[in-house]
Amino acid sequence: MYDIVSVKPLVAVLISLLAVPAIVASRSPNLREAWTFLAAALKFAVVASMLPAVWRGAEIGCTVARVLPGVEIAFRVDAFGLMFALVASFLWIVTSAYSIGYMRGLNEHGQTRYFSFFAVSLSATVGVAFSANLFTLYLFYEMLSLATYPLVTHHQDQEARSSGRKYLLYTVGSSIGLVLPAMLVIYLLTGTLDFASRGILAGTTGSRTLVGVLLFMFVFGFAKAAVMPLHSWLPAAMVAPTPVSALLHAVAVVKVGVFSIVRTITGIFGTDVLSSLSLGEPVLYTAAVTILAGSFVALSQDNLKRMLAFSTIAQLSYIILGAALLTPKGVTGGMAHIAMHAFGKITLFFCAGAIFVATGKKNISEMAGIGRRMPVTMTAFFLGALSIIGMPPCGGFLSKWYLVQGSLQAGQMPILVVLLFSSLLNAAYFMPIVYRAFFCPPEQAAFAERLGEAPLFCVAPLVITALISVGLLFYPQPFFRLAMMAAQKVIGM
Amino acid sequence: MNANLPELIVIIPLIGAFLITLAATVHGKLCFPLAAAILTGALVSAVGLLGRVLAEGVVEYHLAGWRPPWGIGYRVDPLNGLVLVVVAAVALINLLGTRPLVEKDFGDRLGPFYTLYVLFVTGLMGIVVTGDAFNLYVLLEIAAITGYALIGMGNPQRAPLAGLNYIFMGTIGASLYLLGVGYIYLVTGTLNMMDIAARLPALAGSRLVMTAFIFCIAGLCLKMGFFPLHAWLPNAYSHAPAAVSSLIAPLMTKVMVYVMIRIMLTVFDPGFTFGTMGVSRGMVWLAVAAILGGSILALGTRHLKRMLTYIIVAEVGYMVGGFWLGNRAGISGAALHIVNDAAMTLCVFLAAGTFFYKIGGESIDDLQGLFRKMPVSMAAFAVGGLSIIGVPPTCGFFSKWYLISGGLAAGQYAFVGALLFSSLVNLALFFRIFEIAFFEPFQEHHGAHGAPAGTARQEAPLQMLVPLVLTALGLVALGLYSGDMVSRLIEHAIPAGIV
Repeated sequence: MYDIVSVKPLVAVLISLLAVPAIVASRSPNLREAWTFLAAALKFAVVASMLPAVWRGAEIGCTVARVLPGVEIAFRVDAFGLMFALVASFLWIVTSAYSIGYMRGLNEHGQTRYFSFFAVSLSATVGVAFSANLFTLYLFYEMLSLATYPLVTHHQDQEARSSGRKYLLYTVGSSIGLVLPAMLVIYLLTGTLDFASRGILAGTTGSRTLVGVLLFMFVFGFAKAAVMPLHSWLPAAMVAPTPVSALLHAVAVVKVGVFSIVRTITGIFGTDVLSSLSLGEPVLYTAAVTILAGSFVALSQDNLKRMLAFSTIAQLSYIILGAALLTPKGVTGGMAHIAMHAFGKITLFFCAGAIFVATGKKNISEMAGIGRRMPVTMTAFFLGALSIIGMPPCGGFLSKWYLVQGSLQAGQMPILVVLLFSSLLNAAYFMPIVYRAFFCPPEQAAFAERLGEAPLFCVAPLVITALISVGLLFYPQPFFRLAMMAAQKVIGM
Repeated sequence: MNANLPELIVIIPLIGAFLITLAATVHGKLCFPLAAAILTGALVSAVGLLGRVLAEGVVEYHLAGWRPPWGIGYRVDPLNGLVLVVVAAVALINLLGTRPLVEKDFGDRLGPFYTLYVLFVTGLMGIVVTGDAFNLYVLLEIAAITGYALIGMGNPQRAPLAGLNYIFMGTIGASLYLLGVGYIYLVTGTLNMMDIAARLPALAGSRLVMTAFIFCIAGLCLKMGFFPLHAWLPNAYSHAPAAVSSLIAPLMTKVMVYVMIRIMLTVFDPGFTFGTMGVSRGMVWLAVAAILGGSILALGTRHLKRMLTYIIVAEVGYMVGGFWLGNRAGISGAALHIVNDAAMTLCVFLAAGTFFYKIGGESIDDLQGLFRKMPVSMAAFAVGGLSIIGVPPTCGFFSKWYLISGGLAAGQYAFVGALLFSSLVNLALFFRIFEIAFFEPFQEHHGAHGAPAGTARQEAPLQMLVPLVLTALGLVALGLYSGDMVSRLIEHAIPAGIV
């Protein structure tokens, strides 16, 4: 049933989990972080080692346990899953370096707990990416919700407590309340939960209403994707230390949400079924509303991390929108946006954290003139912002280009307008920050001369991710090719 | 030896209980090792018996060689073989894990305590294994009377009254069951379950049989604490000594649910139970009420053990409702949940006992800062909580899966809704505790590296921790093997006519 049977996917998932005992038992912080780096490097190596086979079009998989009739805990690595796993496991290495700079720079408490749950979260993320069926995906999805709770609430104060509550209520509440029953109904209808390239619902006798209701139970139920109105956990989760916001709430957790939705749309429902029932449009417009509303709210934020969170909410819906276009270019663009947005947005969060470490400032209004004190950070910020807006010379341009073409393919002019207008809005909330950072008159600058860049461990990662964001425009592989392969498999060309 | 396994399962602990009393007259210290040896023997016999059932099919055994319908017959099929293992395993793990608690509370009364403990287990094992309707009543009383005594040994202010209440309600329940058995005896002239089952179809439509059925159900519902007949349960379990509540809470209600499944499927015919009687729909609705009621009552208390007890009330609703769905998925879910709920209840009650041993408080507000003070116990408690919430791959998820699919297949959407609602309430219940243990007392978060003074680690003794952690790990193992458990054991115990 798999092209290549191999335990590599399982190993890739477990490596970071197995690092946890070592992290906990380490006597010195340096040793502890060495374990994190070792696990991260190994994890990335194992994930990357599957690239050649997947590049050739093969799928790698293994079955771990049969837990229910017709339902297994099983892994299957295809182009889409591998693309996401590559992004997540690579960025874990970078983020680990950044975490050291940030957590030690601020002398945070509970760092052992922090690094442990970070490792667990990455296990769950790659588990979702490699899931062969909806059940396995659900298992790792829940694991991720729970493993990130101690990270979101890291500060253990009243604000963290109420944010953590919101976080759980939205992410776990909706997965139990919506995804679980929807999954069971699918299981009863089809007798299987395995992802198939053209979906498993084809041929079952479901009315449009039933399929539509199930579809939306997934779209809203995977609340990590922050589709409005189930988005407000994400700004609340910004109480977490910035590396958590950067990797988890710009890359791993939220992308697990959209990944799950895209996977369900393509692997469970199937693009053909959704086109024939014309169920793409409702999802399309739900996503469009989130894109516009998220951008508008972002305009009005003064707290930099909150602004980035609303920007993320909008950008996540690009991915859902791409899949819901149900056209080859649209699906490619949506999937590729997972990678493109990841590098841009993580750069922005790294910058926000670096500014906080160096200056203690959180609000945009206090950052006038900061470009002269932290030129490297703010240049990286500029590049990251360009990528999110979708302008050359950054990778974000490519995925947006495909999304635009996809909406033309689908004949969805309103969506085209939404995409272009949203780019304008993105520019409207990012560019003033950059402008004021570099070009505000010296007498208005909020900073004294002696301030400089954040520690090297903070700055190096954000330089790396910013450079990659630029590089992705000129050499978008392997991500783009994987996205195209994945789209070809689920919708044809 | 192997041929007598069904008998040994009851005889070993029965005789052992008296040996404990004798040993106590020599030295109190002898009681614990003796009880551990006896329960290990019972567990080994139970596992051996289950292996034999798997290899040879249903095992019939006639006590003292008297053939039915005169003698008492034991009958073991894959399902009660499984329940026997659960009972023996829970009793043994709890015995090992609560030794420090017992020595602290009953240092001068070790003999009576362990005698009652082992007799209680004897009663439960007998209830599960017997194939005789009247013998079941006798064993029910053995388990109940020892249970009252054990509960009464708790908090001197409250426990005796709670025990008394339990005696009254338990006696009424047992008497109702006995009345039912009496009616059945009147019309069939036999007490052997298989005999009764063979003779009942000829009496279809008999009002006496219907009355007997109603009495049996009513008695069993009272004994298992099925809402709204649960009123005796919260006080009995929450005022009992910690070592007793972690024994009785996982076992008593679950064994009664098993008895219900046994009587309804093998004594009465499934067609009669689900068809002629026409009570299925009503029972499912009562189960919905039990789930909602138990969940809401659990939200309303801050006493840890009482909260866990209300969760049991809801869980009994899961099992009863699943069974009365009358389809294969529902009954499988109910049977699987007997095992899973026993394991996860044991886990959280053992953890509650551990907290009580170290901090002395019983309210959830006493658990402040425990993630730092007792990280291992708290982690085990968290696994138990997640299982009760129903997070995969812990076992609680899988029984819920069967129950929900049964509910969807039967079109009982209220039951499905109640299960999902209860999962969400459980999420709130456990995270309320996790929050207290994680966030309080408020600490400076930019403080120095390392723990502030006064919050150093204070874990429970190893002999409590090891059984607790093993139970928590067992919850995951049970989850991963739930597919096997259903296909190899539970499936074979459900009559073929049920789809």
